[in-house]
Formats: sequence, structure tokens, C-alpha cells
Amino acid sequence: MTSNQIKRPLGLQLLIYGFVLFWFILAAFPFIWTMWGSFKVELDFFSKGDWTNVFSGVRTQVVYGKSFTGAGYEGAWIQEEFWRAFLNTAIVCVSTVVISLTLATLGGYALSRSGFRYSFWLLIIALVFRALPPITLVSGYLQPFYDWNVWGTLPTTIIVLVAINQPFTLWMLHSFFQTIPKELDESAKVDGCTQFQAFRHVIIPVMWPGVITAGLFSFLLAYNDFAVTALLLSQENQTMVPKIASFMGTTQTEGNIMFAVAAVVSSIIPLFILVMFFQRQLVSGLTAGAVKG
Amino acid sequence: MKHKTFFWFFLPTALAMFLFIALPLTSIVSQSLHTPHDQVLVVVESCDPFGCKSETTIDHEASKQIKEEEPKGKWVGFQIYTDRNHLAFKEVGELWENKTNFFDFVSSLNNLPFYKAMGFTLTYVIVVTPLVILFGLIIALAVNSLHRHLKGLMVFFSLLPMIVTPLVGSLILFWMIDSRGIIGSGLQELFADPNLSLKASTGLTWITLIVYGVWHSAPFAFIVFYAGLQTVPQETIEAAMIDGATRFQQTIHVIVPHLSPLVAFVALIQLMDNFRVFEPIVGFSASAHATSLSWIIWNDIGQEIRLMSSAATTSVLTIIGVIILLMPVLIRTWREFNPEK
Repeated sequence: MTSNQIKRPLGLQLLIYGFVLFWFILAAFPFIWTMWGSFKVELDFFSKGDWTNVFSGVRTQVVYGKSFTGAGYEGAWIQEEFWRAFLNTAIVCVSTVVISLTLATLGGYALSRSGFRYSFWLLIIALVFRALPPITLVSGYLQPFYDWNVWGTLPTTIIVLVAINQPFTLWMLHSFFQTIPKELDESAKVDGCTQFQAFRHVIIPVMWPGVITAGLFSFLLAYNDFAVTALLLSQENQTMVPKIASFMGTTQTEGNIMFAVAAVVSSIIPLFILVMFFQRQLVSGLTAGAVKG
Repeated sequence: MKHKTFFWFFLPTALAMFLFIALPLTSIVSQSLHTPHDQVLVVVESCDPFGCKSETTIDHEASKQIKEEEPKGKWVGFQIYTDRNHLAFKEVGELWENKTNFFDFVSSLNNLPFYKAMGFTLTYVIVVTPLVILFGLIIALAVNSLHRHLKGLMVFFSLLPMIVTPLVGSLILFWMIDSRGIIGSGLQELFADPNLSLKASTGLTWITLIVYGVWHSAPFAFIVFYAGLQTVPQETIEAAMIDGATRFQQTIHVIVPHLSPLVAFVALIQLMDNFRVFEPIVGFSASAHATSLSWIIWNDIGQEIRLMSSAATTSVLTIIGVIILLMPVLIRTWREFNPEK
């Protein structure tokens, strides 16, 4: 936009670069710092005397004979069985994404093709549901789940996460399907398809960009959830985020805070990869609702 | 689409939302109006050669029977809503009567758990939301004026604070502001105060949480505004330039009005998300100085004896808060949908 304008004065140019640099450090430095520090011992990562210890790894050298160590990761993944939490997270996220996309694709498509008044109201109800903090619903789940003896298991949590995801995914897919011209499936119906056949043969082949974007966001919602997974999963079924939270309670006394640091870094890596590969879809998803107003 | 086809397409998602959102909602309303039954106590008098003793024991049979007759618990109406841990009508009334001035009254409300949480939640929402919008706008304007290759890189790094799990993000910052961490010890050096700790005082804890909130959400505002900047009409800018508008005037009078619908969108999403602030309080271990509505619910459920009725009551109050917050949006959509009766 501004590129073809008259050249900016030097002062402004410097101000802009200065601000961008400031934001870059603010956004990236905490992650880089923690990743680097996760390969050190606690006294290096939390070095009161001299902060350059983190770079030289003085104490790490004293303990392990080299300036990097995987001890935190070993402790977290093997001793504290973080791999189990990692697997649980994988199961929960994949199932949640698959199920919630299946439901919301059908629902969102129906909403976008129905001009009746009730479809508007359904969207408004979904908006209100989207605004509810998930934790307010949890006390409604616990009693029935105890009574039916399904508390603490992965499938229960998956279904709950699917339901909590629905309003958001529904909105997203609804606005995506509206960008697919109606004539496409209308003409299929003229040719004698039922609505479902039209959906199956005409819409499904062209819907993948929108579905992938919606899938990313429902993955993030499931991956990042703390309130639901912490309260609905039993100890052995815990996913990564509640597991990290439970590290905080126990490890501080044992002086094994590096376990928690290593676990935190391990849980960030998948998100890094996600952003790297799907940056464009994430950006388009964030703006999809907005640009249309 | 015919009603019948619509029904079958929509049924699965409707069922999921009905069973796991709508039904739990009715369940928490019902829980908030009941408490668990008291145990039925019986006094048994046992006499032996040394005299008679009366012993109080729990009558398990009778307790169980009452539980089966009324599985929801004892009906208490709005009693839980008005008790000390929630709206605390009695306590607030007393405080109001004994107040010396208004500010005194407000600060003494801080001793009541619900009002304390409400105070922080509202402060967080009111401070973080505009800061996020302002900060996001500045980042968007700055990044947009960069070279093409730098833009992509900046978008990548900017996404990180937003995408990272809130609990994990707050833990990362928590370790850095620890008095032994890099920012914590840096601040101690800067202010030459070896005892300075961001965790020690209420004010500093609030500031920390708010800084975290802006750090976490500014990327969202940035991305939305950045996308909006790509669609600013070039002709209007040129016209403004010819009319002699300075760079600053162009920004204020052309670009900002163009982005105003996006500002409304970001504000709406931010209001909803900031109102549920919860994870940072756990991550920063800040509950001694700052609690939020979501945090009280979490705390009630997480107790050894789960305080379900209390948690349900706070949930209902939170939901009422969310609806009040959403009211302007709902009324606007209603008006758009029903123009000129």
C-alpha cells in the first residue's frame, strides 16, 4: 500500500523498523529463550548471578561435562511418562477434528443453503454458545458422567470437545460454504441429484480449502484446551496441557522444574510445525469472519 | 433447501450441541438451586450397667432413601446465589451501611470472593481489549510498510504468541519474570532493588497478567487489521494526498475508518475471550492476588469435596454476564433482521 507513495522520511522509517524489531523480540524471544534453556540445568536457566550462564552453560558443564543436556527431556518423557500424555493428546485431537468436521460440514452446508428464518436463529444460538466459557459447562457434565461411570475416559472428553467446538466450526464452515456459488449444486439437482448426492458429488470435491482451515482451528481448540481436559480426564488419561499443569504442583519441590520446561517446549514444537506449514490457511481463517463483517 | 433435508443435514450437529451444551446448561441451573442432602442423624441411647450414653450416628438407610427420593438434592431456591461466596447481599448491605465513602466501599468489596473475581475480570476485559486493538493496529501498519519478504517472516513469528496454548504461554513468561529468570533479574538490576518481585504485590500481578493478555491477543488483532489493510482503496489515499493530507491525517481519516468494521469484529471476539480469562491465573500462580469468574468455578470443582452447587451458581452468574456483554451485538442483529416493524 505505502510502497508506491512518496518516500518516507528517515525518522519515520527508523521508527517503523524500531517498532517492528521491538515486536519481533516480544513475540519470538520468549520461545527461543525457553527452547535454548530447556537443554540446561535449572541453575543455568534460572541464573540469578549472571544471566550469560544460560549461553555458556557453566553449571550444565559442571554436572554433565558438556554445555547441553537432554536430562530435562529424559526426565519428562521417560520418568514422568510424558509420552503417554503426548499419545493421549494425539488421539484426542485427531478424533475431535475428524468428528467435529464431519458434523459441522453437514450442518454448515445446510445452514448456508437454507434461506429460512430458523437458520438465522440457529446461527445466533451458536454465537451465544460460542461465547460461553467452556468451564461453566463442566459442572453440568460431572454429575451425569459419574452416574453413568464414563468420567475420566478419552471418548467422553472427545465428545465434549467436539460439542464445544461445534458452534465455532459451524460458523466458519457456514461462511465458507456461502462463498461456493449456489448454482453449482442447484444445477446438479436439476440434473436429477438429490440434495445429498449434490453435496456428495459436487460440493465435497471443492470444499477442502475451507475444511482444512476449519480443521486447523478445531485442532487448536482441542490441543490448547485446559479447563475441560483437566477436569474430565483421570490421571492416566491426561493430555499434555493438564499433565504440564500437574508437573507444576509436584516438581517444584523436587527441584525438577526442568522437567516442566522440557514438557512445555515439547508441547510447543507441534504448534511450530503447524504454523510453518499452514500459515496461509491460519491467516485466511482468522480473517474469514471479519472481512465479510 | 427443503425443511426435511435441512433437518437431516443439521441433525448431527444439533444433537451434539443440544446434548453437551444445552442440557448441561439446564443441569447447572438446576444444580445451583439445590444443595446436597444433609445426612440423617439419629441419636441412639445405649444403656449398660455403668449408665446410659446417647450417641449420634448417621442413619445410612434413611440418608440413602432421601437421596433416592430427591436425587437432585435439597431445594434451596436462590439461597446459594445470595450467600457470602456469591452475590453476598447481606454482607454488601452491611458494607454499604458502614461505609465512610464510596471508594472505601468499593475496596472493601474486595474481601468478598465473587466481587473480587468480578473486579479483576472486568478490569482485564476493559484494559486488555482496547490495548489489543491499538497495539494490533500499530503492528499492522508497521509490518505493512516493510519489504515483501520481511512481511511473511513477521507474520510467522507474530502468530506464535497467539497460537501457543494459553497455559504454556503464561508458564513461559512466568519463568522469565521469576526473580531468578531473565526478565525478573533484569528488572531488579534496572531498579536497583534486589527484592523486587512481580509476584509479590497485587498491582504488579495485575499488570503482569494484563501484559500477558495483550501479548497473547495482539497477534489476532494484527492479522485481522493486516488483511484489512490490503483492501484499502488506493484512490482515496491518493485523493487525500492531493488535498494535502499529511501521512498521519491519511492514517486517521482514511485507513482507520476503512478498518472500523474490523475493529468491531475484533472487539467482539476479544470481549468474549477476555471475559473467560483463566489459564494465565493458573500459569502465573496468581490466584492470591487476582481471581476471575472462571477461576472460582475451577477452584470450587477442584476442591477435595467438589462444591458443585457453588460452582454451578458461579457458572450461571458468569453466563448471565456473557449475555449482558453480548446484548449490544444481539440487539443489533435483531434490528438488522427485523427492519421497521
